[in-house]
Amino acid sequence: GNWSKLAAQQALTQDQLLQFDTFGNVSLVHITDIHAQLKPIYFREPEINLGVGDNKGAVPHITGAEFRKLYGIEDGSPSHYALTYNDFSALAQTYGKMGGMDRVATVVNAIRAERPDALLLDGGDTWHGSYTCYHTEGQDVVNVMNALKPDAMTFHWEFTLGQDRVRELVDGLPYAALGQNIFDAMWDEPAAEFKPYQFFERGGVKIAVIGQAFPYMPIANPGWMFPDYSFGIRDEHMQQMVDEVRAQGAECVVCLSHNGFDVDKKMASVVSGIDVILTGHTHDALPEPVLVGDTILIASGSNGKFVSRVDLDIQNGRMMGFRHKLIPIFSDVIEPDAEIAALIDEQRAPYEAELTEVIGQTDGLLYRRGNFNGSWDDLICDALMSEREADIAMSPGVRWGPSILPGQDITREDIWNVTSMTYGRAYRTEMTGEFIHTILEDVGDNLFNPDPYYQQGGDMVRIGGMGYRIDITKPQGSRITDMTLLSTGEAIDPAKTYVVAGWASVNEGTEGPQIWDVVENHIRNQGTVTVTPNTSVEVVGA
Amino acid sequence: MADNVTPRVRVPRDAAAGETITIKTLISHPMESGQRKDSDGNTIPRSIINRFTCEFNGESVMEMILEPAISTNPFIEFQAIVPESGTFAFTWYDDDGSVYEESKDIAVS
Amino acid sequence: MALGAAAATALPMSARAAIEDAIAAFTDGAEMAESGITLTAPEIAENGNTVPIEVSAPGAASIIILAAGNPTPGVATFNFGPLAGAQAASTRMRLAGTQDVVAIAKMEDGSYAQARQEVKVTIGGCGG
Ligand SMILES: [Mn+2]
Ligand SMILES: [Mn+2]
Repeated sequence: GNWSKLAAQQALTQDQLLQFDTFGNVSLVHITDIHAQLKPIYFREPEINLGVGDNKGAVPHITGAEFRKLYGIEDGSPSHYALTYNDFSALAQTYGKMGGMDRVATVVNAIRAERPDALLLDGGDTWHGSYTCYHTEGQDVVNVMNALKPDAMTFHWEFTLGQDRVRELVDGLPYAALGQNIFDAMWDEPAAEFKPYQFFERGGVKIAVIGQAFPYMPIANPGWMFPDYSFGIRDEHMQQMVDEVRAQGAECVVCLSHNGFDVDKKMASVVSGIDVILTGHTHDALPEPVLVGDTILIASGSNGKFVSRVDLDIQNGRMMGFRHKLIPIFSDVIEPDAEIAALIDEQRAPYEAELTEVIGQTDGLLYRRGNFNGSWDDLICDALMSEREADIAMSPGVRWGPSILPGQDITREDIWNVTSMTYGRAYRTEMTGEFIHTILEDVGDNLFNPDPYYQQGGDMVRIGGMGYRIDITKPQGSRITDMTLLSTGEAIDPAKTYVVAGWASVNEGTEGPQIWDVVENHIRNQGTVTVTPNTSVEVVGA
Repeated sequence: MADNVTPRVRVPRDAAAGETITIKTLISHPMESGQRKDSDGNTIPRSIINRFTCEFNGESVMEMILEPAISTNPFIEFQAIVPESGTFAFTWYDDDGSVYEESKDIAVS
Repeated sequence: MALGAAAATALPMSARAAIEDAIAAFTDGAEMAESGITLTAPEIAENGNTVPIEVSAPGAASIIILAAGNPTPGVATFNFGPLAGAQAASTRMRLAGTQDVVAIAKMEDGSYAQARQEVKVTIGGCGG
């Protein structure tokens, strides 16, 4: 953080961010996991992102200084700020917010100026994650995305709008809604509303884009909201689709995936014939593609922070070469596209007063992303324990949610950005120590099972009021030990009952106030929130 | 007795002689396992579809014995050889003695 | 986070004995080959109440499916007739927690083959 803001801004130009020597005959533009963040935001990348099994120590499970060393990123540079977590608050002052779909539009338009028939592909988690998205049931984001004119998208959190709303939005979508793994639950056949793939003729090349929706939708999210659908990885069906499109003359096969990075890595080793996997869901941003056999994997981050451009040279049905750039969307450097900026403001206008109301301030950095509790999660857990009078709080390990800098106001919009969902009721219930242990083991296995096909791509459930030790190398049932009630320092008794407050239950009929109201009340009562560093989780085997 | 039990089957309309076809069947039924308790703590008695058969022109394609671990609205998918034009007969047998039948014609071209 | 959906962690002795009894009842205690039958089930069940399962054993007269960790292990028996297009079938089953699903085929020649797969039933509820 030695750079002055002026020096930083002089060093960064839009031309430089967009600089790209157009290559080959096909361009792919990838955005994913926008989580309804139409405006620029701060978003701190994870400090802790542990890989297990074959993925231990492999990207994206490398963070901080090691990540910068791996990719030759200079300390204090724009890439340091965009891609790693260290000195985040200081560098954020220097480099400013990132993202904003109006800036993304500028980048997309610039690429289209060089390559008019570039394919714009949206990896999903688009229609979820903000105040306006919740209140318009995704319409605000759909309106803005439609103006960006993507060519295809796939899905995850969109389904939490409920299957009827998803059908309604997909029905009116002026581009392809893809998911080879979206099946009709009753007859176990590909769902009629979602095509497995779409052909595009670009640069004289016949390209097939195959969609892969999030495989664990009914497990990670409430299945009762979309009972007509079944998902799964279905890699055998993926292979069938690849063979089918190749047989129909596809010269280039692109998989637009919401599997999560490690799942895609494994799928790339199981399924042959995919040239490019545009990965999503696990929110990783990688400055270089990862190669698995003949397949290249592209990771484009989240929350609108990055746009990936991949140029391909396809000759006689073979990928002869590629050129790639992960374009960081520095919002103070990239000029907003006026038309999209106006469209975004139009979506927000009816809610402007509610969005901008200041609820309190924070004196420390509020962030979420990481395998274990972030400060936003700790604040939410504190809110649950105080507002719901609980011994222990649980908050889901979701990977979305922008950061707030020290000294910044917390607005209602900020609270919704980290809590908004269609099943946000804050429950209050009694659980035995044994059951709490079972939950931690269950979620821990979703994250640390050495086989990526058992990983659901979320982070560990965040716990308030309780500490524990986790050995990520152990099997399910023996990872979690030393569970301690922080208020008394006593060990959690498996037979004893504790009052637990939490939110985002996947069970139908969950009762309680909405989590955003719980958090808002708590912040109002505090005025200025101070979150002390959480040292209650001891991680072993990393 | 289970209410509104509706059998549904998916069979192609035609096939080549000797062709193997895929048949899918679904029957709406609660498949009460006999292991659940009601709100008063009394065991809800078992009531399931316990047997399913498929025949073509009187000859067996397959028989399935169903236990309480089969899900609500039993789904069965299997394959049949179609030697000639004729009729598939599907029969589901309920614990309560009810028998549900469905049939589908197929033409061999 | 889901509530009230406790996953089975350890297999009680009685269930272990029940599965052995169920296997013995079908095979009469005969040896079982480890090949010749394919069992396809999801790694993780989307819903423990409807877990899709597919069995296939070319040359089988019948196939039995058992759930090793359910209170009673029996799930289904398929008896194939002369017009079966394949000795294969799919259905959906209930699983009371993470456990092994077992499929055993009795071949036309009187031999047996078995396949096992663990299906994980998770509480679920957290995502990216
Ligand atoms: Mn996401
Ligand atoms: Mn996702």
